[in-house]
Amino acid sequence: MVFIDKNTRIIVQGITGHQGSFHSAEMIKFGAKVVAGITPGKGGTKVNDVPVFDTVAECMHLVPSASMISVPAPFVKDAFFEAMENGIKIIYVLTEHVPKHDEVEMYANAKRNGVILIGPNGPGLTVPFESKMGIMPNHIFKKGGVAVVSRSGTLTYEIVKALSDAGLGQSTVLGLGGDAVVGLSFLDMLKALKDDKDTNAVVLVGEIGGTAEEDAAEYIKKGFGKKVVAYIAGRSAPPGKRMGHAGAIITRGKGTAESKIKALNDAGVKVAQYPQDIPSLINEGK
Amino acid sequence: MNLFEFQGKELFRKFGIPVPDGFVISSESELDGKQIRWPVAIKSQVLVGGRGKAGGIKFADSLESAKSVAKELFSARLKGLKVRNLLIEGKLNIDKELYISIAIDTSAKQPLIMVSQKGGMDIESVNDSDIYMQHIDPFVGFSQYLATAAAKRLGLGADLSRQFSDLLSNMCKLFEQYDAELVEINPLVITKEGKLMAADAKVSIDQDSLFRHTDIKGSYDDLTDLENEARLKGYSFVELDGTIGVVANGAGLTMATLDTLLLHGLKPRNFLDLGGTDNTDIVKNAFPILLKANPKSIFVNIFGGVTKCDTVAQGIVAAKNEFDISIPLVVRLSGVHEEEGRRILEQNKIHAFPNMADGVKKVAELSK
Repeated sequence: MVFIDKNTRIIVQGITGHQGSFHSAEMIKFGAKVVAGITPGKGGTKVNDVPVFDTVAECMHLVPSASMISVPAPFVKDAFFEAMENGIKIIYVLTEHVPKHDEVEMYANAKRNGVILIGPNGPGLTVPFESKMGIMPNHIFKKGGVAVVSRSGTLTYEIVKALSDAGLGQSTVLGLGGDAVVGLSFLDMLKALKDDKDTNAVVLVGEIGGTAEEDAAEYIKKGFGKKVVAYIAGRSAPPGKRMGHAGAIITRGKGTAESKIKALNDAGVKVAQYPQDIPSLINEGK
Repeated sequence: MNLFEFQGKELFRKFGIPVPDGFVISSESELDGKQIRWPVAIKSQVLVGGRGKAGGIKFADSLESAKSVAKELFSARLKGLKVRNLLIEGKLNIDKELYISIAIDTSAKQPLIMVSQKGGMDIESVNDSDIYMQHIDPFVGFSQYLATAAAKRLGLGADLSRQFSDLLSNMCKLFEQYDAELVEINPLVITKEGKLMAADAKVSIDQDSLFRHTDIKGSYDDLTDLENEARLKGYSFVELDGTIGVVANGAGLTMATLDTLLLHGLKPRNFLDLGGTDNTDIVKNAFPILLKANPKSIFVNIFGGVTKCDTVAQGIVAAKNEFDISIPLVVRLSGVHEEEGRRILEQNKIHAFPNMADGVKKVAELSK
């Protein structure tokens, strides 16, 4: 497991919102330790039996180390800085439609201050059945040795369920986020998973746009020591067309599915044709 | 969101980036009575690259020839797009064409300046070695040394270097203040009179930042009519050239659905991502958009999470009751509340497959 475990004390910024209250309840059911919620103006109330505070500073006596941010996009940057300035070291942003310039600024500050930024616009981080920050459906997981790192949400669930159905449990499942500028990349995750004793194989779920998959392939090529398999979505996407989230765009011949599949194959990573083929690629040669 | 050249140049003027004198017309009669210094360039305002090569830029040296050129450009379509506006500008005495842009480099997660001596229509095929790249540190922003280094690489003399430094500084201001994804000038012209001039303007503003840029008017000319209708209703929808209508949730899963169909030799008619929703109306109202695209069949592929399977099932049943869906409908439901969702569909004589592979096989069978 990486970043969080059953002892990680989590706060939810925006806990009184529709998403914040629903998903914090699901997180608690999964075993996550949610110690506080933050919503300016709602301090003193409770959501899912979790105490709500007006500011992050007011809840720091509960010694949280991680925050999930689920506030409207225009306020995400502010919520991020509030968490960071109070010393929170793992910050996950659920919100979609965060302005790119805000994402650039958040990333630069996270990097400078040693903060792990997950997302924005991803399903979060799940360590079965230790802890969860995010929105992944609880019932699809099984504990085991496969780590899944993905740029997508629902496609992650699809692959996690296929793994669980095939008897392959998961060590850590992380959604990087669907935006063009996100905190963690495939490369960061591979580095974190390389020495993770709970992880013996890694699934990368990529998609068209950017060069994150190519960068990961370059790293794996130098010797990763664990089995890596992949799936890349968007083989059929016409160039220049945005397919849903901002990450999924091909421009100037870069970031195509072909380029990513080739780079991964060159690094010895098998790429599944269909999402449901991932478990058999993991089992191959066992 | 891409701005038209004339909108980009309005922003350039506001930020002190030099552009040729010009004005915009929406019909050739607007040329009458205007004070014009001939010759002029007449430029089609469309949101598509390769405009020059496609014949969208012409020149004229008299009112008569300008009117006939304008008439011709207004009546033809350029790369499939209607030309609604023309930009009329004084023709430049070009000595040299350079390239300059600032964009967000999504790998480095920082703004990136790119310049090249080889500006003009073929910038996409210029070798990487002829392009000078320099990131902007978000903690520092524009700094004079960035311009000095770039000007040197462009081989500019002292006077042009000073102009260039102002230009780059102003481009950076525009980039920052307007949440731009891209500010590009190609070509950046050195005139025979020794002036730097932005002959073109390509500005793209981050769609997600528009709440703080209320002065920017969105234009969606690069969308088809149906894509625009879907956009206004809040769907992420792209038209493709196949025959299978697709509804899925999440961009990744929707793309994987299209890929899987294609690997089975089935061509999708569209991309439609419902996103995360637990509202039956959002599911239901996706169908009229799909039906307008005249697909031969519809494949709904849902993995329930935030979007619950029973909500989707209710939406499908409501659509079936309200709209005339006479083409085959194949549904796959899996994830949160899948039993309930499947039960709702079965009651209404719609079968739901538990996995994508079986669903796609059924679509293939029906398409024979």
